[in-house]
Order: sequence, then C-alpha cells, then structure tokens
Amino acid sequence: MGKVYKRFTESVNMATTIIEKIWKEHELAVDDDGRSLIYIDRHLTHEVTSPVAFEDLRIRGRKLRRPDLTVAVMDHNVPTGPREEPIRDELSYKQMQALYKNSEDFGTILLDYYSPFQGIIHIIGPELGLTLPGMTLAAGDSHTSTHGALGALAFGIGTSEVEHVFATQTLWLKKPKTMEIKVSGSFGRGVYSKDLALFLIGQLGTGGGIGHILEYTGETIRSMTPDERMTLCNLSTEAGARSSIISPDDKIFNYVRGRAFAPEEDDFNEAVEYWKTLASDPNATYDKSYSFDVSGLKPMVTWGTNPSMVVPVTGSIPSPDQFEASRRPGIEAALKYMGLTPGQVITDIKVDRVFIGSCTNSRLSDLTIAARVVKGRKVSKSVRAMVVPGSQYVKRNAERKGLHSIFLEAGFEWRNAGCSMCIGMNEDQLLPSERAASTTNRNFENRQGPGGRTHLVSPAMAAAAAIEGHFVDITQWDMPEAI
Amino acid sequence: MDVVAGLAVPLLRENVDTDQIIPAQFLRILTKNGLGRYLFYRWRYDQDGKPTPGFVLNDERFRKATVLLALKNFGIGSSRENAVWALTDYGIKAVIAPSFGDIFYENAVKNGLVCIRIDEKLIQQIGKEAEAGGLTVRINIKEQSLSYGSQSIHYTMEPSVRRRLMSGEDEIENTIKYENKIMAYEQRMKKFYQIDRKRLLYE
Repeated sequence: MGKVYKRFTESVNMATTIIEKIWKEHELAVDDDGRSLIYIDRHLTHEVTSPVAFEDLRIRGRKLRRPDLTVAVMDHNVPTGPREEPIRDELSYKQMQALYKNSEDFGTILLDYYSPFQGIIHIIGPELGLTLPGMTLAAGDSHTSTHGALGALAFGIGTSEVEHVFATQTLWLKKPKTMEIKVSGSFGRGVYSKDLALFLIGQLGTGGGIGHILEYTGETIRSMTPDERMTLCNLSTEAGARSSIISPDDKIFNYVRGRAFAPEEDDFNEAVEYWKTLASDPNATYDKSYSFDVSGLKPMVTWGTNPSMVVPVTGSIPSPDQFEASRRPGIEAALKYMGLTPGQVITDIKVDRVFIGSCTNSRLSDLTIAARVVKGRKVSKSVRAMVVPGSQYVKRNAERKGLHSIFLEAGFEWRNAGCSMCIGMNEDQLLPSERAASTTNRNFENRQGPGGRTHLVSPAMAAAAAIEGHFVDITQWDMPEAI
Repeated sequence: MDVVAGLAVPLLRENVDTDQIIPAQFLRILTKNGLGRYLFYRWRYDQDGKPTPGFVLNDERFRKATVLLALKNFGIGSSRENAVWALTDYGIKAVIAPSFGDIFYENAVKNGLVCIRIDEKLIQQIGKEAEAGGLTVRINIKEQSLSYGSQSIHYTMEPSVRRRLMSGEDEIENTIKYENKIMAYEQRMKKFYQIDRKRLLYE
C-alpha cells in the first residue's frame, strides 16, 4: 500500500490556481510587511552567478543548508569546442575552477564541464528529473521560468538571493499577482511554440508580466508536448514575468517517468497521485486573464532590440510613425542599431550567421525539426551556421538518430553543450554588424557579441535561413515529415 | 539610510536591459568590486574603448551624478546582480523609473540601491529640468517623498522594501530566526523531492 501524499493545506475550499496551491504548500511564514518565506525544494546553480554567493558564505562562516538539494553545473561561459582542448579563456577557467572548489567545499552535486550530463541549467533540470511537478525551484538565471512547464513553481534570482537560498533553503517573496494566458486553436504547419511565445511577448510587451506569475491554460497548451511547453515558459521572462507555470498532466507525468533523478515505482505512483491534485481548479480566478487564438498564427521574426519588437515572416519592418510618439525614439534607435529601414520585407533580410541552441530551443525535438529542414541541402555560402545542443545528453541522443550527420553534411558546425552564442560569454560571438537568425531568447544590443544584430526565430526558421541566406516563410518549405 | 540626495542624470530610454547596464563579457569575475568601470560599457565607450561623445554619463555636467532617471522597464532581462553592483560601484545611489524588472528590483534592494517608481510624465518633467545639469534630487525614504528644485512629491514603496533600505539588515540573519519553521517543512517535505545522490554513480 503506497503512501498517500496530501497537500498540507488541502482544507482550502475555494477554487484555487496551481500557483496558490504550491505557494501555500511552501509558505513557512508571512512577515509584518506581507512577504512570504518560501521553502525552495530545488536549487540549481552555475559558475557565473554563484562565486560571489559562495565567497560570502565563506566570509561569514555560514554553511550551505541543503547541499543535497543543490545542483551545480557549468554552462554559461564554457567553450563549446572539443572537450579535450584546453580552456583558453583565463577568466572563464577561473570561474569554472571556483565552482569545482565551491562544490567540493560546500558539498553540492556538480555536473562539471566534462560530465556526460553537463548542459544548460534549464535543459538538464527537466531532462535529469531534477525538476518535478509541484516543487519550488530557484536558479540564479532569469530563464528559470522554463521549469514551470513541468508544473514547478520556479524563480529566477540574483546572486544575493542565491546566497540566501544557500544559507537557508528559502526565499522571501512578495506574493505575485497571477495572470492567465489562455490559448486556443491549432498550430498551422511550420508554426511552433516559439512563434506563439514571440507573438505573446509582442502583445504583452517586455514589461507586461512584471509583478506577475503567468499560467498558460487552454486546449492549445494541453496539446503541446513538454518540450514545447518549456520553450513557451522559457520566454515568459521576456514579457517581464519572473515565473510561469502550466498545470501538469499525463504528458508531463510520462515525461518525468524514468528520468535519472525522478522517483521510481511506488514512489513515482504516489507522486503522480499527489501531482494530480495540483492542477488549477476549473473555476479558479486570476488577477488578469487574456485569451489568444493561434489559428492563423505565422512564423515570427524579431526585428528590433527587445523580443517584443516582432512581426510575422510575411510582414515587413515597421515605421516609427506606426507607434505612439513616446515610443518613437526607442523604435528609431532599434532600427538604426539593427541596420534596417521601414518597409523592408522580412524575407529580403539576409543573414550572416545562424545559431541553433540555448535554453529556449536546443532540445532533441528542436534539433529534429531543424534537421528536417536541412536534410539533403547545403548551408548558403555566405552563412556560418552552428548547432549547439542544450546538453551532452541531447547531443548523444541526436547523434544516435544521425542528426549530426545531416547538419555536418549541410555545412553546420556541430558543437558541445553550453549557453554559447546566446549570451556571448565564450568565443561563440557575432562580429560587429553581423546579422544572425538565432533560436535564442534575447535580441538586446550587443547580446551575441559587440555590434551583433540578432533576429529571434524558431529552429525551423533559423535552419531555413541558413540554407537560403535570408529569411524564408517556413510554412512554404518542402520537408520530410520524419527522418 | 533615511535620505538619498544627489545630482540627477537623465537616461530617458525605455527597456534599459541588464545586458546594457553591464555586458556579459564582464560577468567573468569572482568578486563584486570594481564593476563601475563597466557600467553601460557599450554605450559609454566605442569599439576602440574611447568614450562615446553624446552619451550622457560622458557629459562633464553629469560626471558626479548619483541619481539616475530612466523610462519604463528599467533592468529587465538577465538576473545578473552585476548590473546593480556596476551601478553602485559607479556611484549611483538611486534609480527613478516608471517600472523595473522584478529580479533587478530585488537585487537593488539587497544592495541598498534605492529604486523609486513614479509616473512617466513626471520623470519626463524632472528629466527636462535635469538636462541642463545641476539638478539635485532628494529622496526621503522614511517619508516616501522626493524633492527637486522647488517641487516635492509623494511616492509609494512596498513597506518591506522601505524597511530594508532603512535598516540595511542582513536578511539571512533575520531568516535564521525562522529555523523552527524551516525544520518543520523539511520534516514534512515529500520524499520524492529528495535527490538520490547514488544515482549519479550509475549514470
């Protein structure tokens, strides 16, 4: 007879959201100012935002409260070339060395540069079963919103908060407002989760989600695979939301089953019974609710210097006149930085570089779609294109399926896992005024290298741009259904 | 800290993301000191490392500015606390904007950087007066008031933020007082959220 896990706070009678259920379950106290002390079940940390936090613990003689719930990984600054080569960048090397020492001194689990399970923090969490429905999770990275796709309540945090979690396994949080994003309709051929996410950011704006946790609901979300949900939740932070979530269902439970650190057998069955109680109640209410229909949604391409500056691939570069007066200086500055002129047709824009990777779009399913687009074709002579799998596990699985051969034969570089050109901390960078089609999450000025120009797109759109040397409408692309 | 006052500098742009406040290149550090020189690096310096003429922080009139005026969504993007460390190391004591990125805002409080939310029109107005240089803005955290020239206005702030800015408390020290509550949770924590470390050996 298995153990029946109940929510500590099950007596609440009102219809509530998954956000409130997980919040209440982890709320240890409320202070005089109305902030909640929230227990953090899982803490993921990496080499770039952790060293100052570890050092502060050391200076103050504090311990890491729960090293057994803390997993460290090297992802942000690591080279993506062959692992047997020496690490040339001295500063990156020092940060990696610091994480070795800190993990050893404080006892955390470490997936280092050479681990077969190394990868981007938001890829490996779900992939290894470290991220589970119903848990609270924190990581010193804004794209921590990704983990909500599995039904975890996940928060991106700064280094001082990382230190707070290290020392106490808790965070003080003001209860955010809730925002429901209800999505209906079916994706057309060649239109993906990434396009929905970019469309939503365009609608909400970069600050639309500030102070909120987003919950994605509706038939379209239910039809999406766990990977697709991760892409969507990953990008919530680009609409200003620190966290986002989707009520877990059978698709998620099946995804979790059998993963390295997921519960097994009876434990798993008991967990599922518990997780089933977490879904938002049908009559639950939100501080804000929006509805969108994806029927007719087109592949999206960003044209500016934040992810809300986005148009369909069938569109053209907007004119500053189309915006209200107060926004025009920002629009003009973005166009100037991007080297674009109003009225320019998106499919006429040529690209120099293509990057397929990042915590947004580097899972096996992303690489599979890109490989379908590329199969039997060649990368345009004017383009340098690279694929950086999200983890070494993704890489191995892609190689088992032969995807690497498709990319390599087409002329793509096939590299090792890391954040790579999404953040431009290692040698994978754009040169000044180089233009990239990128499956990443930020088109900020200089993000992918000083003076570089980034257009955010789906993996299929990026792959097609690599072949043609300019953006193309992937919905018109001839590609095999399977490979 | 009850009062912050200083020369205002208008950086009247929307969506100033943390990549602009400090580029990722400068995150490869082991301590938080000395990041002021990298503040707004790509805006402040050209590709040869020379100061960009026309960028407001390179303007002699604002050399000693400590109060930054910006438009909506200041500090969106990456969670890098380095953005706050760069601002404070440079000498910025307060940022006034209509809205802030959530993580940036919390990072700022943790480091005693005062972030005040006020209406955009008002910021434009203060910005106009600040443009000539020499405008002092004074923020009274205790009274939740902001004054410049002959004007004085009231703003609102989360009580917890106000309290923490004023006390400068060590938050971890405070949380440790909740040890009983933390332990109680750990005793009832679901078994399946524990990590079985042994499995690392089999993978």
